[in-house]
Amino acid sequence: MRILIIVPAYNEEESLPGVIDDLRKHIPTADVVVVNDGSRDATARIAQDMGVKTLDLPFNLGIGGAVQAGYVYAERQGYDAAVQFDGDGQHVGMEISKLLRPLEDGIADIVIGSRFLVPGAYKAPLFRSLGIRIFSFTLSRVLTTAVTDSTSGFRAANRKAIVFFARMYPDDYPEVESLVLAHKMKFRMIEVAVTMRERTYGKSSITPLRSVYYMTKVLMAIFIDLLKRVR
Amino acid sequence: MDVLKILAIAGSGILLFIVIELIRRGRLKERYSLLWLLAGMVLLLLSSSRNALEFVARHLGIFYPPSFLFLIAFLFLLLITLHFSVVISGLSEKSKKLAQELALLREELHSTKGASRDDGKSE
Repeated sequence: MRILIIVPAYNEEESLPGVIDDLRKHIPTADVVVVNDGSRDATARIAQDMGVKTLDLPFNLGIGGAVQAGYVYAERQGYDAAVQFDGDGQHVGMEISKLLRPLEDGIADIVIGSRFLVPGAYKAPLFRSLGIRIFSFTLSRVLTTAVTDSTSGFRAANRKAIVFFARMYPDDYPEVESLVLAHKMKFRMIEVAVTMRERTYGKSSITPLRSVYYMTKVLMAIFIDLLKRVR
Repeated sequence: MDVLKILAIAGSGILLFIVIELIRRGRLKERYSLLWLLAGMVLLLLSSSRNALEFVARHLGIFYPPSFLFLIAFLFLLLITLHFSVVISGLSEKSKKLAQELALLREELHSTKGASRDDGKSE
């Protein structure tokens, strides 16, 4: 199985070398593509100097457009599986094999790495975890399967899902919205328990008021996605 | 009342003139001007013919006929802004695709040339 690790990165010059080393050490057979989402720092140069494939976007598209660029690459290069792996050092390379196993066994089209399947394993700030729980509750109803970590950006997709995401991938709140679209495509999705690192640097910009605003927008996006035509 | 009529005719006439002039100079594409032309013509028609305006207004239950002009103008603006939103959505989708294609082409160029030379990235 040819595997591509898609690493979206926006101003991640500090964490990127560690991320690439982690991937090389723990999943040496996979190819890595860093998608530089119009960073203003040396993200693209660092990725190229380290010898990984780099998709250098000319301006910032946001996480959705960046990840989709990775899926388009995976689709054209004929990869059998793609893994989304954040460039900020939050995800753990050793955990990738857990995501790939259900794809290898052919029991899922999309595998989501969840922090919440093992209780107490990950502590998010209060408002963020509240938000994540509300989405997860709503999504579990909409998707009719339990989703505990709908905002997780740590995922794996098989060839079928790669082809779909290369064609259609949401821009605004891609983690949550892509699950709705995938559900409409009748893709089989499962979650596996993974550990993630807490952010070591950089501050979350989420304040209580903003998180309420954010939640409202995402919930609206979920219902709009349900009306969308997919093919 | 006559002053109002003159103002309405002048207003819609000027609108039509500006739209046509912009098309003539190539600063407005035809496909984005159709709604504007239609709006200008309908408004001109209704403001120049008092009878037509009153006839339509009465049948719609509008007591003050000139307010029908405002309604028509408002509806056209609504339609035009909606049209813009659709156009903007299309453009942003296209620019996203272009950015992704550019990134993929840069990568292809980079890998065919090897890491030997600068990849010509701006900044």
